Amino acid sequence: MNTMVSQKSLLKYIYEVSFAVNDITLYLDTHPEDEEALQYFCKYKTLREKALKEYAHYFGPLTLDSATCSSKWSWGKMKNPWEVE
Amino acid sequence: MWNYEKRLQYPINIKNPNPQLASMIISQFGGPDGELGASMRYLSQRYTMPYRNVGGLLTDIGTEELGHLEMVSTIVHQLTRNLTMDQIKGTNFEAYYVDHTAGVWPQAAGGIPFNACEFQSKGDPITDLHEDMAAEQKARSTYDNLIRLVKDPDVLEPLKFLRERELVHYQRFGEALRIVQDNLDSKNFYAFNPAFDKPCTPKK
Repeated sequence: MNTMVSQKSLLKYIYEVSFAVNDITLYLDTHPEDEEALQYFCKYKTLREKALKEYAHYFGPLTLDSATCSSKWSWGKMKNPWEVE
Repeated sequence: MWNYEKRLQYPINIKNPNPQLASMIISQFGGPDGELGASMRYLSQRYTMPYRNVGGLLTDIGTEELGHLEMVSTIVHQLTRNLTMDQIKGTNFEAYYVDHTAGVWPQAAGGIPFNACEFQSKGDPITDLHEDMAAEQKARSTYDNLIRLVKDPDVLEPLKFLRERELVHYQRFGEALRIVQDNLDSKNFYAFNPAFDKPCTPKK
């Protein structure tokens, strides 16, 4: 049960940091020289990468790039995004 | 090319089915101001955008719209899961069910199928960006209309998120239009089409 809770909170965290990366990307597309925005991008991009790796390690990969090398193919067993949690 | 991420842009977990509501919300998948048209519009327009940073913005917003298409499709799917015939009969979903059962297919709330004429790729940066700004406002109005019809918070929250993104995209396209105009003759933005007439202006 403990694992379930942390999976939920890690996923929520991934939603949050990913949104930050997505939104600042569009801003940087039209404000490429805004240094504060560049730092913001860098910070959240790093947090997102770490969180995706952590998620893949415990619960399976959300992206192929964060998949860990193992003897089992877990990508196809991951919940599809349209399924209810 | 694209990479896929096995999650939505914003979480959706709808507990109660509602086929009537699904037949309204499906308009933001395949309707005149829906997310399918939005993604195809920006992803088609970008090839002739002469300014690299604006082409990049069209790619990034077009990509996000694919994520929105997936969100709207998910709402429709979750609202039409495990339906009984009694839940279908007498709703607006009944006619849709005849052709698609509970499959997700792009059409407007009024039943009109998706059509590529719902968006334009004009090959003129000023024309295309004005269309893009109008498209974001039209989609925002449609979300406003849907939000007035919805009471279920499981449906309302993702719709509010999608509505908000229309505003952000509108802002970014306005900035993109400014970037395009900064590259043109300030006395006459329409002196030539920078995507076609190849005048002597530096590429950015």
